[in-house]
Amino acid sequence: MHKILLMAVITAALFHSSLVFASSETEAIQQQLEAIKKEYGQAIKALEDRLLKAEKSAQLANNQAQKLAVQLEQSSSARTSSSSTQNSFNPAISLILDGRFASFDNNPEDYELPGFALGNEAGLREKGLSIGHSELTMSANIDDQFFGKMTLAFDEHDGETETELEEAFIQTLGLGHGFTLKAGRFFSEIGYLNQQHGHAWDFADAPLIYRGLFGDQLIDDGVQMTWLAPTDTFLQLGTELFSGSRFPAGGTTSGIGAWTAFADIGGDIGIEHSWQLGLSHWRSDNIQDRKSGGHAHGDGEAETPSFSGDSKISALDLVYKWAPKGNPNHQNFKFQFEYFDRQEDGNVVMLGSGPPLETTSYDGDQKGWYAQAVYKFKPQWQVGLRYDWLDSDNRGSDADVLTEAGLDNEGHSPKRYSATLEWLPSEFSRLRLQYNQDESYEETDHQLFLQYTMSLGSHGAHQF
Amino acid sequence: MIRHQWKNTYCFALLLLTLCSNTAYAQLSIFACEPEWAALTRALAGDTARVYSATTAQQDPHHIQARPSLIAKVRRADMLVCTGAELEVGWLPLLLRKSGNAKIQAGQAGYFMATDHVSLLEKPAVLDRSLGDIHAAGNPHIHLDPHRVQQVAEALASTLTTIDPINKNNYRGNLQRFTLEWREAISQWEKQSEKLRGKRIVVSHNNWIYLERWLGLERLAVLEPRPGIPPSSQYLAKVLAQLEQNPADMILHASYQNDKPALWLAQKTGLPVVGLDFSPANNNSLIQWFDGVLNQLLRAES
Repeated sequence: MHKILLMAVITAALFHSSLVFASSETEAIQQQLEAIKKEYGQAIKALEDRLLKAEKSAQLANNQAQKLAVQLEQSSSARTSSSSTQNSFNPAISLILDGRFASFDNNPEDYELPGFALGNEAGLREKGLSIGHSELTMSANIDDQFFGKMTLAFDEHDGETETELEEAFIQTLGLGHGFTLKAGRFFSEIGYLNQQHGHAWDFADAPLIYRGLFGDQLIDDGVQMTWLAPTDTFLQLGTELFSGSRFPAGGTTSGIGAWTAFADIGGDIGIEHSWQLGLSHWRSDNIQDRKSGGHAHGDGEAETPSFSGDSKISALDLVYKWAPKGNPNHQNFKFQFEYFDRQEDGNVVMLGSGPPLETTSYDGDQKGWYAQAVYKFKPQWQVGLRYDWLDSDNRGSDADVLTEAGLDNEGHSPKRYSATLEWLPSEFSRLRLQYNQDESYEETDHQLFLQYTMSLGSHGAHQF
Repeated sequence: MIRHQWKNTYCFALLLLTLCSNTAYAQLSIFACEPEWAALTRALAGDTARVYSATTAQQDPHHIQARPSLIAKVRRADMLVCTGAELEVGWLPLLLRKSGNAKIQAGQAGYFMATDHVSLLEKPAVLDRSLGDIHAAGNPHIHLDPHRVQQVAEALASTLTTIDPINKNNYRGNLQRFTLEWREAISQWEKQSEKLRGKRIVVSHNNWIYLERWLGLERLAVLEPRPGIPPSSQYLAKVLAQLEQNPADMILHASYQNDKPALWLAQKTGLPVVGLDFSPANNNSLIQWFDGVLNQLLRAES
């Protein structure tokens, strides 16, 4: 019994103690667990926070990466495509195609300008359908110092194609201080229209005074020096030295046969108006044997007038342009006026006459002007009006020879009224309808032209 | 509001700086072809340069003539800042040849063309004028993308430094300031213009590509059948029929462009017409101009 009780007590005690022991261990474990839980909870929260942060920054990075990718994609094609505009190193090439239909009341071969001995390309050209003046131009910067340009002109004369080297010059780029030097064959800066190619003119034919004095245009071989003043108002001074081997000089082959001096001034008035005023002078002393076409004698003998002596031309030009808000693309207006005066002193010989050769002393006094206005009234449409007037008072020892040479004005001062309507489908093409009432000589001629002028290849320059 | 306050502070700081540093050195004379580059140059050069803009926002930069006044300005310029990519091909080469000025000829440090420093979109695969007056190098109207303007600003600041190393710190400081303001402005514009994203537009001339990409606008039609060729009434009728099938949200044109086709189409469709200044107006900053452009677009949208 005792034994059983003892056992019971022992077991009870044991049990109890083990119980006590067990419960304290659970508590510790529980506490530990709590602690761990807390710790982990904090850690997890920290992790979660970090994850959130990471996600956010990943999104940001992603955005930035996307932006960069766009930029990269864009710039991969960048520099290769940058301003290499003209076939890498090939010169800029442009081609002008020109053709027309012309109708005249009078025979164009009877054309004359009394008081002016016509030379060079002066004349009316063919009637009916014909191709006009086609041009091939190449130009480029040669290096950092020079620019070069060449223009070949193709004309049809009596069924034969004539090729003419119209321009071939180099020009400095890097002289600085406003100086520019040009050398080779080029259009003289006399007057305003003379520096422009015929296809850039606003009418199908040259003003009468250009026809009378230069045979349409003054081109010569030589050098040109211009200086641009460092002022806000445009002021340019220049001079040209020419060989003087081409009309209206001619004959002199050695040294400087002709020279010019010119001054241009110009600017803007407000934003819509701009203007330019020019004075120029051309001079050739000691001209030898300048040939020109004489007065036609039906199918008579071929006598050619030849002038020797001194010649000087003075010119005044004025250009005014208007464009609403200074934007000429939709609407613009242009007025231009040029006046020329030529004084000559020498003698005229009729080559192929005689013997003895017919000859006379010659004191020439010729002048003339034109005024024209062109109005672009819609983006693709333009109208123009022009008036030409010439006069001459030439004297000589033998009036008959003067008359034969075409230098007598026959009591007539040449005049011409012109009107045009142009359609400009784009900057590169033009269709022109032009009417002239031409009173160059006694019999008034009514002339009609329908002309196309197209420009292919490199973009042309927007000259003032 | 905060931006403007900042700007005032900057202006004041700039004023102090220039007052202090206003020594006797000569100012640079800079010829900018378009008002946007004039504005950018003014921001980067501050008082160290006199900036002249050859064109205004009312002039189409494709169709400028080499006027005597422009030749006179180029004669005296120390630097050119132009768009390039043939935008000025009709007049800039002529100005350069007539200027007698060695400093700004192509290849010189003073010859800065913005499009040389960014990538261009819409580089044509085929070069043929039957496609209109296209630009071989790509669409040159990059100033409508502020991110590209930032790239140009960086290149321009470094060119200014090359030309005028004495004022290096000035250009660096101005660039930093500009960049800061510009970034802030861009993020604001991008927030503002969220609701323009996906809007469908009709444009007069295809010169909005960079704005379209930036704002996420979708171009449905161009009123010119080919770049530089005005639309015929037949062509407009075709565009109208197309829009009836697939309606747009607005019509966009630059204020220097002929607005008649756009107005005609607006009358037929009832769409709002937005005539945007294609460049900043006289002496406006780029930020003011972009603010104006976005405001006009947002007004048309609402």
